Amino acid sequence: MKFTKTLLATTALTVAAGAATAQDMTVVSWGGAYSKSQLKAYHEPYSAKTGINIINDDSSAEAVAKLRAMNEAGNITWDLVDVEAADAIRLCDEGLAIEIDHDAMLAAAPDGTGASADFGSSIVSSCFIPQIVFSTTVGYRTDMVGAEAPTSICALFDLDKYPGKRSLNKRPLANVEWALLCDGVAKEDIYDVLATPEGQDRALAKLDTIKDQVVWWTAGADTPQLLADGEVVMGSTYNGRLFSAIAEQNQPIGMLWDAQMLDFDGWIVPAGLPEDRQKMVMDYLFFATDTQRLADQAAYISYGPARESSAPLVGNHADLGIAMAPHMPTDPANATNVFVTQYEFWADYRDDIDAKFQAWLAK
Amino acid sequence: MALVTPISRKPLSLVLPVVGAMGAFLGLFVGTSAGSGMTGVIAGAAIVMVLAFIYTQVLKSEPLAKWISRLGMAAAGFVFGGVPGLILGFLFGWLTAWFTFWMYEGRYRRHLLPYLTSGQVLWHYAFRVICGAIFVFLITPILVVMPLSFNAQDFFTFTPEMLRLDPDGYSLKHYADFFGLRSDSNGEWLRSFWNSLLIAPIATILSVSLGTLAAIGLSQSHVPAKRAIMAILISPMIVPLIISATGMFFFYSSMGNWMEDTLGLNKDLVGYIKVVLAHAVLGIPFVIITVTATLVGFDRSLTRAAANMGADPVTTFFRVQMPLILPGVISGGLFAFITSFDEVVVVMFIGSASQKTLPWQMFLGLREQISPTILAVATILVALSIALLITLEMLRRRSERLRGMSPS
Repeated sequence: MKFTKTLLATTALTVAAGAATAQDMTVVSWGGAYSKSQLKAYHEPYSAKTGINIINDDSSAEAVAKLRAMNEAGNITWDLVDVEAADAIRLCDEGLAIEIDHDAMLAAAPDGTGASADFGSSIVSSCFIPQIVFSTTVGYRTDMVGAEAPTSICALFDLDKYPGKRSLNKRPLANVEWALLCDGVAKEDIYDVLATPEGQDRALAKLDTIKDQVVWWTAGADTPQLLADGEVVMGSTYNGRLFSAIAEQNQPIGMLWDAQMLDFDGWIVPAGLPEDRQKMVMDYLFFATDTQRLADQAAYISYGPARESSAPLVGNHADLGIAMAPHMPTDPANATNVFVTQYEFWADYRDDIDAKFQAWLAK
Repeated sequence: MALVTPISRKPLSLVLPVVGAMGAFLGLFVGTSAGSGMTGVIAGAAIVMVLAFIYTQVLKSEPLAKWISRLGMAAAGFVFGGVPGLILGFLFGWLTAWFTFWMYEGRYRRHLLPYLTSGQVLWHYAFRVICGAIFVFLITPILVVMPLSFNAQDFFTFTPEMLRLDPDGYSLKHYADFFGLRSDSNGEWLRSFWNSLLIAPIATILSVSLGTLAAIGLSQSHVPAKRAIMAILISPMIVPLIISATGMFFFYSSMGNWMEDTLGLNKDLVGYIKVVLAHAVLGIPFVIITVTATLVGFDRSLTRAAANMGADPVTTFFRVQMPLILPGVISGGLFAFITSFDEVVVVMFIGSASQKTLPWQMFLGLREQISPTILAVATILVALSIALLITLEMLRRRSERLRGMSPS
C-alpha cells in the first residue's frame, strides 16, 4: 500500500515536472489595445528569446476577486497579473501578492541607477512593479464646442458656454477633485478640504450643478464611443483611449491635459506560486520592465513609461510614425497642471466618499 | 377570402384624421432623426393631411395622384438627403397615396364581414398593427447590428458616409479581424470560436445521455423520492447562475488539482474537462424536462409487448422507446447546446485563458473596447443559426415526405 502511494506520488511529480517544462506562462492583463501593446513590446521578444509560450488572460478587471478565490481554493492558475496601483496595494495588504526587492530583482537603468530610484514615486507598494503612467482626462467634440475650444477642466462645469451632455466616471475619484478645483479651492488644499464632511458635500454640490447633464460611464471604452456618436459634448476617460480615437480613428475629438489625474499600472506576482514558476516569472519581469522595453511599449499605446530613464527613449508610433513623446501624460508640456492619485488619502476616505457619492447618484 | 363587401367612399371627416395620424407616425421618425420629434409629428400630420386633401379633392384621378406622390416625395427626399432620401421619399410617397385612397375609397372594408361595426373594424386593424409592432421590436435589434458590422470605423456608429451609402463608409475589416486576417488581429476570436465549437457539442452529448437516462428512470413507478431527486437534478436551472458558478469554482478547483497531481493529466486537458462537465450539469435539466414531457405520452404497454416478443431491455430501449421519444431528446439537446454555447458566467469562473469561449471573448470585447468585431460575430452567428434552422426544417419535411406524411 505504502509502495503504491510512493509510486503514485513519484509518477505525479514526474508528470507535473513534465508539464512545467512545456513552458507556458499565463499573464493576466486588461485586453484590447493595452494587451496588444504588451504583446508587441514584451511578450513577443521574450518568447523569441526564451521559447516560453505566453498565454494572455484578459481578466484584470476581476483580478482582486479571482485572486482571493484562487487563494482559497489553493489553485493559483495565474503567473503574473497586471493591475492598477490601488489594487496592488490591496492585494499586497491581503498577502495575495509577493513582496518585491526592486533593486535586486529588476534591471538597473543604463546609467547604473538602481531600479527603485529609477521608478521613483511610482513604487506605491512593496509588491508593485510599475509599468506605465496613465491619466484620466477630458476629451471633447471639436465640432460641438463652438469657436472657442475648452482649455480648462472647469469647462466640464460650464453649461452656459458648453451646453450638452458630458460623460463622467461612475465613481468619485477625479470627479470630486475637479469639482472642488472648479469651485475655487486652491489645488494644494483640495485633499484637506475633501477630508472633511463639509468639503465632500461641497464637491457633490458642485457636481450637482451638472448632474442632469451627466452620462455616467463604467468602462474606459464608453466615453470614446459616446463622443464618436456625438451623444456627449465632452467626457472623461483614459488618455490612451482619447489618443486612439483622435490619432488612430481620426474622430473630430480634442483633448485637455489640464488637471489630468495621473495613476500607475503595473505587475504583481501572485503569492503561492510553485518555486519554478515564480522563478520563470521573475526572469520575465527582469526582461520586460527594463528601460528599453518600457519605452518600446509607448510605440503602441500612449501611456508613459514608469521609469524615468525610459522617457528619452520613447520613439514613434509603430503604425502611424508620429512621435509619441508629446502624447505622454508625463511630457513636460502636458504635465503643467496634474493631480497624482493620492493612494493613502483614498485608502482612508474611500469608503466614506464612495457611500456619499452613491447616495447622491441615487437621489 | 373570397368575401367581397360592397364599399363606398368615406367622408373627409373620417379620412383626414386617420391619414393625419399616419403622417404623424412617419413624421416622428423623420423629426427624431433631424433632432426634434415633436416638430416632426406636427409637420408630418399637417403635410400628409394637406396632400390627402389635394389627391382626393383636386386631382381626383387616382393613378395620377399616386405617381405625383411617389415622384414628388422622392424628389423632395433627394434634395434633403441624397440617395437614401430618394429611396425613403419614394416609399413615403407610395405609402401616403396608397393609404389615402385605401381609406377614401373605403377599400379597408372590402375583405371584412359586411355587418361589422366601426369599432370591430378598428380593432381588426389595430390587432394587426400590434402584432406587426411586436415583430418589429423583436427583430429590429437583430437587424440593426448587421449594417453596423460593415462599419469602416471602430465605433458602434452609423457614420455620415454610411448614411450616404458611400462605399468608403463600409468595409469588411471587422470580419477580417474575426477570421484573424488583419495584421493587427491576434486570432483570439477564431480560437474562442473553436473552443465553443469543441466544448458545446461534448457537453451536449453528456447532458443528453445522462438527462435522458435520468428522465426514463424517474418515469418508472417504483422509484422512491421521485420528486426530491427531480428537484435536485433540475436545481442548476433554478439556482442563480452566479451561485452555482461560485460553488462549481471551488468544487472543480479541487477536482482539477486532483486530476493534475494524482492522475498527472495535462493542465489544458483538465481545464477542458472541467468546463465540459460544468456545462453538462447546466444542460441536464433542459433534457430531463423535455424528455419527461414526451414520456408522459409514451405507452408503457409497448415495452411489455417488446419483452413479450423476446427483446431484452436494451433492445427495447433503442428499437422501441428511443424512436418514440426522439423529438423530446432532440429539443432537449438543442437547449443544452445553446446553454453551453451562450454561457459566460460559469466559464469565466472555471475556465482559464486557454478555454476562452466565444461569449467570454464577446464579453471582454464589449467591456474593454466597444469593437464592431462583436457585431461581425453576431451577424455570422445569426446567419449560421438561420442556415441551421432552414436545414433542419428541410430535413424534417423530407423525412415526412419519405414517410408518406404531408407536411402540415
